[in-house]
Amino acid sequence: MFDLILTQTLNGLASASSLFLVASGLSIIFGVTRIVNFAHGSLYMLGAYIAWTLVGRFGPADALGFWGGVVLAALLVGLIGVAIELLILRRIYQAPELFQLLATFGVVLMLQDLTLASWGAEDKLGPRAPGFKSFLIIAGNRFPTYELFLIAVGPIVLLLLWFLFQKTRWGTLVRAATQDREMVGALGVNQRLLFTSVFAFGSVLAGLGGALQLPREAVNLHMDLSMISEAFVVVVVGGLGSVTGAYLAAVLIGILHAFGILIFPKITLVLVFLVMAVVLVVKPYGLMGRAPVGQARGHGPAEPLLLPADGLTRLAGAIGLVLLALAPLVAPDHILLTLTELVIFALFAASLHFMMGPGGMASFGHAAYFGLGAYGAALAVRWLGAPMEPALLFAPFLAGLAGVVFGWFCVRLSGVYLAMLTLAFAQIAWATAFQWVELTGGDNGILGVWPSAWAVPKTSYYYLTLMICTLSVLALRYSIFSPLGYALRAARDNPLRAEAIGIDVMRVQWIAFIVAAFAAGIAGALFAFFKGSVFPTYMAIPRSVDALLMVLLGGVQTVSGPIVGAFAFAGLHEQLMKATMYWRFGLGLSIVLLVILFPRGLVGASLMGLERWRRRRRPAPGLAVEAAR
Amino acid sequence: MTIDRRSLLAGAAASATAIAAPSLLRAQGAGAIKIGEINSYTAQPAFLKPYRQGWELALEQVNAAGGALGRKIETLFRDDGGKPEDAVRHAGDLINAEKVDLLSGGFLSNVGLAIADFAAQNKRLYVASEPLSDALVWAKGNRYTFRLRPSTYMQAAMLVEEAAKLPAKKWATVAPNYEYGQSAVRWFKELLKKAKPDVEFVAEQFPALGRIDAGATVQAIEASKPDAIFNVTFGADLSNFVRQGNTRGLFEGRAVASMLTGEPEYMDPLGAETPVGWIVTGYPHADIKTPEHTKFRDAYVKKFNDYPRLGSVVGFDTMNSIAAALAKAGTTDNEKLVDAMKGLKFPSAFGTAEYRAVDHQSTLGAYVGKTAVKDGKGVMVDWSYRDGAKYLPSDEVVKTLRPAG
Repeated sequence: MFDLILTQTLNGLASASSLFLVASGLSIIFGVTRIVNFAHGSLYMLGAYIAWTLVGRFGPADALGFWGGVVLAALLVGLIGVAIELLILRRIYQAPELFQLLATFGVVLMLQDLTLASWGAEDKLGPRAPGFKSFLIIAGNRFPTYELFLIAVGPIVLLLLWFLFQKTRWGTLVRAATQDREMVGALGVNQRLLFTSVFAFGSVLAGLGGALQLPREAVNLHMDLSMISEAFVVVVVGGLGSVTGAYLAAVLIGILHAFGILIFPKITLVLVFLVMAVVLVVKPYGLMGRAPVGQARGHGPAEPLLLPADGLTRLAGAIGLVLLALAPLVAPDHILLTLTELVIFALFAASLHFMMGPGGMASFGHAAYFGLGAYGAALAVRWLGAPMEPALLFAPFLAGLAGVVFGWFCVRLSGVYLAMLTLAFAQIAWATAFQWVELTGGDNGILGVWPSAWAVPKTSYYYLTLMICTLSVLALRYSIFSPLGYALRAARDNPLRAEAIGIDVMRVQWIAFIVAAFAAGIAGALFAFFKGSVFPTYMAIPRSVDALLMVLLGGVQTVSGPIVGAFAFAGLHEQLMKATMYWRFGLGLSIVLLVILFPRGLVGASLMGLERWRRRRRPAPGLAVEAAR
Repeated sequence: MTIDRRSLLAGAAASATAIAAPSLLRAQGAGAIKIGEINSYTAQPAFLKPYRQGWELALEQVNAAGGALGRKIETLFRDDGGKPEDAVRHAGDLINAEKVDLLSGGFLSNVGLAIADFAAQNKRLYVASEPLSDALVWAKGNRYTFRLRPSTYMQAAMLVEEAAKLPAKKWATVAPNYEYGQSAVRWFKELLKKAKPDVEFVAEQFPALGRIDAGATVQAIEASKPDAIFNVTFGADLSNFVRQGNTRGLFEGRAVASMLTGEPEYMDPLGAETPVGWIVTGYPHADIKTPEHTKFRDAYVKKFNDYPRLGSVVGFDTMNSIAAALAKAGTTDNEKLVDAMKGLKFPSAFGTAEYRAVDHQSTLGAYVGKTAVKDGKGVMVDWSYRDGAKYLPSDEVVKTLRPAG
């Protein structure tokens, strides 16, 4: 027994090390630039691939060749990081919070195709490390020496980082910028250089993490996404910006993992997210994180005031709706299918926007409610034998109920912590759908969820969808300008003042959370009957990311942004997927270009253009006064 | 009856068609037969790039020989990105916009099931090439769906036959945590217990697909001190499991039966690290000397300057079986095509195979042998071809498993 405990502890520590390297880089980048860098997993993957090539070229048997290759690979990844920062991120630091996430996701997509094109599809099993090819006997078990080496790497890097941050000028600047980057800029520090160097440093750590996996794991094309979610978890569990916290979190997860599989072999699917949910509920700022002092300083421009639609916007909306309603007259069937899907996604995006825009609660796990809506419908059909109509009615309540429970926990947090807790709950919901085979059919899903006979024709189902989605979107829009919406915006802009005038901030946010979940459930239920089947992928991370991309692309600070964003993103996605096998590169590139051209989202940009045009025609009174002075 | 705009338009279109019918029919006769091929090309490139090449080779050969029904065959490839909902969207688009005559493809089981259900709803033939799930032809089987590859059940049964000959009593299993892994373990346990009642299963590990924590998993299996191990992991999980297992001596003195490990897609990355003496299902591409296979391999190597993987065989055979079905049916009418598919004998790179009328599963088999290392590469030795027909339950049992009939 003792030998097993010892070996599993060592195993946990070994897998914690590479996780820590990646997570610490992510944490430092986030601390200074406030960028949620989705591409960090891709940098890790590139580190592994580049190391594979370099080590192969330098000669894997030779110690210098191997370790030289590993170090050089990490440095090259740093250069790639610099390129990403200079070419893309530097142009959008002033954009609203989380917007940069969109750009980094575009980079993820592009790098996936570039890696496939450069290294091919086959997995690469790297050579063993010279000097660490064998094993030691520990407590009667063989233990690989390379794992022992990795166990040492974690604390060594932690120590180096501590030294760097405490004892060097650069480290002091990084710490200062993490606390207040405007102030650091005001004191005359070259911010651009600082940001670029921080991004490069974080990238080197990710690259090193990848390169060090070479003797341990096969290098493959799925490394990026499987690493990024775990790295995020580690960063958040440890506490944003805390490198020591990241190490503790990585060790915690590594060790729980090693022991968890002894008791619950199937737990690997969800364990990290369970840990995160528990930690965030108990310690809302992670293990070592500190609550932000006072009101965190915003970076982008202040949120513009949301106004009820003026005549022009109303007209545009009405025209759009009429066009959609008339579409079946001219559009062939396959266009109708596409439109049905886009309309459903528009509601899905609008529901996320409701909590994210006016509510100020970004969610990384909104697909949970979409998926639960879909499962609600499918389960009603499968287990209760319900026809479509009652199933459609029942489904959103399942999603709403999840909103009640998950929301209660989530609204106690804020910012990225809240977003990550929503992700944790979404993953738990996903794992439940995946694992509870008797009820949900597991990953084989539930089939045969087809609409009632009258709604089977594509036109009928399209009109049904259009009607429900339009009503729901209008209801959401109406709530934004209702007392609830105003209270919500007050709570977002200044929770303290909102409390002072008698608004129960948490309760208002909780209600918004439930409303958003309910609306997403409606979209999910419609989607289930549209596709005829339901799968756990409906609530997997990629779908949450899609929702986020739609809202951000349209413009989070506008009311109609998510709808435009949904049409733009899902439409682009679909057309590219049909047109080319390299759709990921095309989609990634389009996202990056859109982000750079429209740093406020599509609708945000057009509204600003409109505003400028109006001002030019008829100078606003304020400006006139200014001019008169 | 009310006459609305749609039926009016439809009526007008119908009469226009009737007038234009003769010329239209001729035009259609000359046009290509279209196949809508949906697969996870970007999500699973290691298997599907060879698959697509095998498909293109067969397509080229069929068209060079005059196509089918005197028409050329054309394929529209679509990538589902590994998501069933996207696959269903492509299926709708292919049928409605591109007017394809039939559907094929599918790598992941849930994608296959989603397309199969869509095909049944829309009354289209769907030739599932790769998804292994038993549900595809049994529990969720339907009239319009046929499957080429040997299923999870069949591959497990082939390994059980060998595993039962071993003296091992205590078994441990390791499988990716999704339907394929779970079913493989379930069938293996059930069939092995039937063949050898005194075996016991002392440990099971279910790492998440693509995320095995290999060191900890190896140690957990080691701790249960099994005599033998049944492995279902593949791809990167397999490589990581093998490397940790080799270093930690997990496989020393233990027999291992392993699904799919002999397929070049999964064995080649292991290189010199390939464990020796595992009993595996796979594809010893370099050593098969049957005339059908030699012809296939030579043509493949000539066209692509690369050796075929198992994916190439699956793509090649799927395409050829569709061509055979078209020739037998003499029409692209889907109801007649489905009838032609039942009991259809078609030429495959492994010899003649048949889509069984009873459950729409093809009898294409697999090679079972042992792993070895030759010149720093993994190879299969002592292999033999196992005809799929012999590894399926009796027709009576199949009928109880397949409600669709």
